[in-house]
Amino acid sequence: MKPASFEYVRPETLNDAVRALDHDDAKIIAGGQSLVPMMNFRLVQPERLVDINRIEALTPIVQTDSGVRVGALTRHVEAECHPLLKEHFPIISEAMACVAHVAIRNRGTIAGSLCHADPSAEWPLLLIVLNGEIEILGGAGSRMVTPNEFFLAPLMTEIAETELVTGVHFPLPPFSCGMAFEEVSWRAGDFAVVAAAALVSIKRDRFAEVRLALGGVFDTPVRATALEEGLVGQSANLDEIEAVVSLAAKDLEPNDDPHASAGYRLSLVPVLARRVLARALERAAS
Amino acid sequence: MNGMTHVTVTINNERHDVKVEPRMLAADFLRDELGLTGTHVGCEHGVCGACTILLNGASVRSCLLLAIQLDGAEIQTVEGLGGVREMHRIQAAFREHHALQCGFCTPGFLMTVHDILGRLPLRSDEEIRDALSGNICRCTGYDHIVKAVRSLVTERDKVTNQ
Repeated sequence: MKPASFEYVRPETLNDAVRALDHDDAKIIAGGQSLVPMMNFRLVQPERLVDINRIEALTPIVQTDSGVRVGALTRHVEAECHPLLKEHFPIISEAMACVAHVAIRNRGTIAGSLCHADPSAEWPLLLIVLNGEIEILGGAGSRMVTPNEFFLAPLMTEIAETELVTGVHFPLPPFSCGMAFEEVSWRAGDFAVVAAAALVSIKRDRFAEVRLALGGVFDTPVRATALEEGLVGQSANLDEIEAVVSLAAKDLEPNDDPHASAGYRLSLVPVLARRVLARALERAAS
Repeated sequence: MNGMTHVTVTINNERHDVKVEPRMLAADFLRDELGLTGTHVGCEHGVCGACTILLNGASVRSCLLLAIQLDGAEIQTVEGLGGVREMHRIQAAFREHHALQCGFCTPGFLMTVHDILGRLPLRSDEEIRDALSGNICRCTGYDHIVKAVRSLVTERDKVTNQ
């Protein structure tokens, strides 16, 4: 239960970080809340550990022309409490309250969670429902990646080992919109069995835009596109949500695992979909 | 930096200049190098909360931190709260409410309570339980722990309301 030996490098600039990552077997440590357990179990034994915690360029949360840019090293607790995020994306605060426990939220980071890519985790789901994009830096420069491109499979992303996430961009949400998040887990702080996040906007009493993202039901978090398409243009009320809610589980084929059977996960989908859509609608209307 | 690396860290207001191997966990560093065995090591993978310490005032798992990452930091462990003769009010509340049985989980609980008491409203027992959910007590003495925290919250809010 102790990590194997590694070379420790602590760059203070992004350039130095990229140089440090130019190595056959380097691994980045940010909050370390998923990585260090895996190192303690020796499931991961990097030759070089690149600690990015002293790179100031990775910390700020700033307003941009199109939305908000959240620095890669933003801790869950900072995202939970940040006024800019609370103002534009109250769903982030709502979801952060479900991330593990106080001590983990004090240390874990947005980029760490995204790169760990657990299909039940909160940040990947938020990224999808908020149409966020991931900013990645490597030797060849900086690039932006959508969640669809980024998440490949459980614990697998398309980022190269020589690259690092520098930030996440969340575009401003549409007008007259409401958002909601909810998950089912066995105990407080456990990974979700199923998690759901919704964003709806209303125009002239009809659903103008509907986004429903689901976690824990597939290899990566997914959008329930059949339900979304069925709801857009309909009258903005609970009856219309009820009419399409069974579509939320369309085409989903979750796996059985020790936490829950596939059947139980599928049965949770319409329940959570109904709750988050109804709450998002209520918030959009008020 | 493969070999021993220099670390300067302030622990319970005392400055330490030491050399550590990069792979050494902060929990092992506190216990084995500095003899601060009040910080307990339970699961060693961030689940039980027994090793919780304060890093620059925020509660963290010391089994998920490397000692080398403490460089430049202010750390507080349970030894920094108080001792038998001069108990911290959190420790005194735990004693008064019988909030410990075997005591293994207690240092972690005390440090978590220190953090949450300073910044969370903790209006209901449900909120207290949620804030404590990262610490496991295998004697299952949770009711008394919640009572101790409730008394601390009452004491705190009386003071701040004046």
